[in-house]
Amino acid sequence: MKKIFLSLCVICASAACLSAADKATADTPDFSSFVWPVESGSYKPGAGAELAQSLCITCHSTEYVSTQPPLPRKFWEATVKKMKDKYAAPLPEDNAALIDYLTSAYGVK
Amino acid sequence: MIQNSRTSRRQFLSQASAAVAGLGLGRAAGAEERVTLPFANGERRMVQFPQKRPLILLTTRPPQLETPMEVFKEVITPNDAFFVRYHMANIPRSVDAAAFRLEIKGLVDKPLQLSLKELKTQFDQVEVVAVNQCSGNSRGFFQPRVGGGQLGNGAMGNARWRGVRLKDVLTKAGVQAVAKQVVCNGLDTPTLPQTPDFIKALEMDHALDGEILIAHEMNGEPLPLLNGFPLRLVVPGYYGTYWVKHLNELDVVKDAFAGFFMATGYRIPAAPGGCLEPGTTTTNTVPITRFKIRSFLTSHLDGAQVQAGVVTQLSGIAFDQGAGITEVVVSDDGGRTWQEAELGKDLGRYSFRPWSLAWKPQKKGLCELKVRAVNRLGESQAMEPLWNPQGYMRNVVETTHVTIA
Repeated sequence: MKKIFLSLCVICASAACLSAADKATADTPDFSSFVWPVESGSYKPGAGAELAQSLCITCHSTEYVSTQPPLPRKFWEATVKKMKDKYAAPLPEDNAALIDYLTSAYGVK
Repeated sequence: MIQNSRTSRRQFLSQASAAVAGLGLGRAAGAEERVTLPFANGERRMVQFPQKRPLILLTTRPPQLETPMEVFKEVITPNDAFFVRYHMANIPRSVDAAAFRLEIKGLVDKPLQLSLKELKTQFDQVEVVAVNQCSGNSRGFFQPRVGGGQLGNGAMGNARWRGVRLKDVLTKAGVQAVAKQVVCNGLDTPTLPQTPDFIKALEMDHALDGEILIAHEMNGEPLPLLNGFPLRLVVPGYYGTYWVKHLNELDVVKDAFAGFFMATGYRIPAAPGGCLEPGTTTTNTVPITRFKIRSFLTSHLDGAQVQAGVVTQLSGIAFDQGAGITEVVVSDDGGRTWQEAELGKDLGRYSFRPWSLAWKPQKKGLCELKVRAVNRLGESQAMEPLWNPQGYMRNVVETTHVTIA
């Protein structure tokens, strides 16, 4: 019953909204019905995984790392440097352990 | 329409599951679909975001979604299949259309704050069919491999965009003579305030040439949220990096904008063709600008089977930076001989141009089909891929392997 009442409210509200609104805003998508996929996945286990888990997760999901092709240490070194210097990621001065982890988990020796 | 998208999805998935089987991955009932792009570490999930059908997931946060090749059998890419690319994770999850304003500021005589209603009622409404393509579309195919978003060929799409001319809006504000660029920003922001925001700049000549739209509709509907609702720039012939989504600020400036995504990101080697010797690098770079010419076979995807001696219709798409496609040729012998395809309906020089060719496969066995386009400038596609360290602007002659049975 409560459900029906709520649905009626929604219908009435939308009708009121439509009649009051100009055409320009009547076509606003119903954002409230959006279901966003849940971010899934964590970093591969290994020494240093907790660093990636805590440092990289702030700005992006794990696929930014996990979809990279097999590339050598110098790629991961340059990438961590780019995150720190260009994207202002709050990374420590010494990231050798993080770079080692990314290389061994996602790169090539 | 629904029927179409279901059919194409089923066809796509049958090929996708073949790829999955190749990896030895079983698929439990009701499990999420997976596909494998044809390069190392190319396994991807199919994930459904708001207003989208399940698309190839590159990243979840921010969302980056790729369109399955199957979709390009249609010349117009449906909104729910159109690719998504963001840089910054703080994306708008809803927009109040009534409260939204587009601000025009900086070196203008009359700064403006335009509502959507004003944009839709006080300016010419114009339409263009135009391809949007990510600069890094097809990056996953680069050899040697390069870092960055590992995309197959699906970070492109062709839509009918409707909106107002950027020129008309800037003219209404009154651009001052000293203006050099217009700096374009949208509602999406970085997670951390110190990270450079995704902001792009257009040269004033380009901004005022009448080609660029501030679009509010895509294929007859409001823009999907993930494609920039309520407004996005449409910069025909230019790579997607300039097509700023959720556009809410135009700042007219007198010096070249030095933000990260102009001064450091999205730059290509200044060398001709924007390419380098594979594996090398350069500091002499310029901002990426216009598309290179490309063409694809879409009627038959890699691994398809055809019957010897039976005429089959090959079809696909071609596009360039707006000069206009004049010729598409197809080879069924790995590039030794070529047959001219028939060009289909011309939806405008920035659109995908459909092509088709009645083809009679002869010799049984594995066959390499190649497709190559030429534009009005005489530009075409290289047989061997060009390379640059960022993995931008791929436009090699594509090869599709089919079996003649």
